[in-house]
Amino acid sequence: MADNIIRGKVFITGDNIDTDQIIPAQYLNLVPTIKEEYEKLGSYALCGLPDEYKTRYMAEGKTKTEYPIIIGGSNFGCGSSREHAPISLGAAGCKAVIAKSFARIFFRNCIATGEVYPVETPEDLNKMLKTGDEVEINFDARTVKVLSSGKVYNTNDLGAVKEVIDAGGIFSFARKSKMIK
Amino acid sequence: MGMTITEKILANASGHEHVSPGENIWVSADILMTHDVCGPGTIGVFKREFGEKAKVWDPEGVVIIPDHYIFTADEKCHRNVDALRAFVKEQKLPYFYDPGTPSYSGVCHVTLPEKGHCRPGEVLFGTDSHTCTHGALGEFATGIGNTDAGFVMGTGKLLIKVPPTIKFVIDGKLPKGVTAKDIILRIIGDIGVDGATYCAMEFAGTTIEGLSVEERMTICNMAIEAGGKNGIIAPDEKTIEYVKSKTSKPFKCFHSDPDAQYLTVRRYRGEEFVPVVALPFSPDNVKSAKDASKVKIDRSYIGSCTGGKITDFIFAAELLKGHKVSVDTFLVPSTVEVEQALKKIKIDGKTLVKIFAEAGCIEPAPPSCAACLGGPVDTFGRCNDGEVCVSTTNRNFPGRMGSKDSQTILASPYTAAASAITGHITDPREFLK
Ligand code: SF4
Repeated sequence: MADNIIRGKVFITGDNIDTDQIIPAQYLNLVPTIKEEYEKLGSYALCGLPDEYKTRYMAEGKTKTEYPIIIGGSNFGCGSSREHAPISLGAAGCKAVIAKSFARIFFRNCIATGEVYPVETPEDLNKMLKTGDEVEINFDARTVKVLSSGKVYNTNDLGAVKEVIDAGGIFSFARKSKMIK
Repeated sequence: MGMTITEKILANASGHEHVSPGENIWVSADILMTHDVCGPGTIGVFKREFGEKAKVWDPEGVVIIPDHYIFTADEKCHRNVDALRAFVKEQKLPYFYDPGTPSYSGVCHVTLPEKGHCRPGEVLFGTDSHTCTHGALGEFATGIGNTDAGFVMGTGKLLIKVPPTIKFVIDGKLPKGVTAKDIILRIIGDIGVDGATYCAMEFAGTTIEGLSVEERMTICNMAIEAGGKNGIIAPDEKTIEYVKSKTSKPFKCFHSDPDAQYLTVRRYRGEEFVPVVALPFSPDNVKSAKDASKVKIDRSYIGSCTGGKITDFIFAAELLKGHKVSVDTFLVPSTVEVEQALKKIKIDGKTLVKIFAEAGCIEPAPPSCAACLGGPVDTFGRCNDGEVCVSTTNRNFPGRMGSKDSQTILASPYTAAASAITGHITDPREFLK
C-alpha cells in the first residue's frame, strides 16, 4: 500500500452518488490512458452533482481539488461501469472515498486501477461531518480521525481484496502470484 | 451441497468441482465485449501492461461493438472509433460491428445475442454495466472496468469473487398491459438500488418461463440497478431454440440444484404486478402508473438495450395504433435488425413504422444508444433543458438523459406510449381494454 495515512479536507456527498454525477456522459469521449485527457477528466470530477451543492468539488478553472477525501453515504458509485469515474476522482487529486457502502463495479475499479482507496465505515460519516473538516485515515489502525475534535471512527476490513491493493492492483497482483509474466 | 446456476458456471469456468460464495477464483472468459466508450481505454491498458506488440488471448473471444456515440459531430468520438478500427485490423479480430459499414449493428447488449455471441453456460465480460443482460440466456455475464478488461484481453482470465445468490420466484399469469419492465422495476422498488449489491439475482418460476427471451433480457438488464453482479435465468427450450437460431457453436446448459443455497428467496405472484414507473432520480423510486398519473411529461422516449428491442416496439405500436401522441415521441431502435423489423412487422396489416408515423411520432433515428445516456449535445433525443421524459431506458439519475435540469421517468413501452398520448403518466390498461 502506497500510503498508510491519508490526511486532508473532506467533501461531503449523499447516498447513491452515481457515476453520471461523478463524471457526466458527455465527457466519456476522453480516454483515460491518454495523459492530457486523464487530466481533463480530473477537472470535471463530480461536476454532475446537482446545483444544491453550493460548494463545488472542483473550484472554477482548477485542475486539482482541495478535498483529497470524499465522503458519501450508501451505494457510492452506482450506475455505469465506467472506469472514468474513479479515474476522474484520482486525476482531480482525490486519494480516498469514505462511504457506508459502495456499488460493486466502482469499488472494483478503484482496486483494479489503484486510483483511490474505497474505505467503508459502519457509520454514516457523511451525516456527522461537514465539507472542509479535516480528517486522517489510518489504514493500519483501520480508523478515521476527525482532527478538530479528535473523534475516531472505525473502518471496515477490506478483506481479501486488500491483497490485491497491497500488490498495487490487478496486474501487479497477477504478476506476483505468477498468473502472468 | 448443491450449487446455484451461477456457482456451477463459475466452477466450470475455473476448473473447480465446487465453488461457494465469497471464494476468490480465476475464471476463464469465453467472450470479452467492449465498445467505443471503454474500448480505447481498455486497449490502452492492454498495451501498457502487455506491450505494444502483444496479441489478444483469443481473437474469436473479443467482440467490439461501437454503439454509444455514433451519430454525432464530436471529433473525439470519431477518433475513438478510429482507435477501435486500428486495433481490430492489427489484431485481425473477426467480430467488429463497424459504424458506417454494412456490419454496423447498434447497441451492444442487443447485438451480442442477435449475432450469436451469447450462449448458455459461458462466461461473458463486458466493459459496460448492463452486460448483466446476457444472464437471460443462462450464462454468467457481468460488467467490468477498463483495467480488468485489459487484463482479460491479454490473459482470457479474471480474478473474481463468487457472489451469493438471491432468488426471485415469480409464478402465475401476468395481467394484460404488464411487461417484464414492470416486474423488474417493482423488484428494484422493493429491494432498493443497493438491495442486491454484489449478489447474483436468479429469476425463476412460471411467470419467467412464460416470458420471451427478449423480455427475459429486460429483466436481467436491470439487475445492475439493484446493485447485482449478474442476473440469471436458467436456460429452457425457448433459450435453446433462440441460441440455435443465432449460432452453431456448441454450448452447455446448467441449472441450479434443488438443494442450492440462497442468501434469500423472494416470492411473487404474476397476477399481483401492475404497470409501474420509477420517478426521478432513482430506479427504486417506484410508483404504480395509476398513482403517478398527475405527473406531466414533455416527451416520450422508446429505445436502449432495455426498451428498444423488437418486442418493445411491438408493445408500443399495439398501444399507439389509432391514437395520436400529444408530446414529442422519440423512437430509437437498438440495432439495425430491429430497425428493419419496424418496416416489416405488421399489426392488423400495418407496419410498425406506419403505425408510429400515423400516431405522430418523430421518425425513428438510426440505431445506437442515443439519448439513453445523454451524450454529446447533438445526440438525438437528448434532454438539453428541463424536460420531463418518460422513457423505456434503465436509469434516471440526475442528468442521465442530458441536462442536469431534466428528469427521466422509467417505464415499460406500453406505459411510455400511453403517456405519450395523454401527456401525463398513464396506466396503459386505460387503452388496452
Ligand atoms: S442503451 Fe443505454 S444502458 Fe444500454 S448500453 Fe447503451 S447507454 Fe448503456
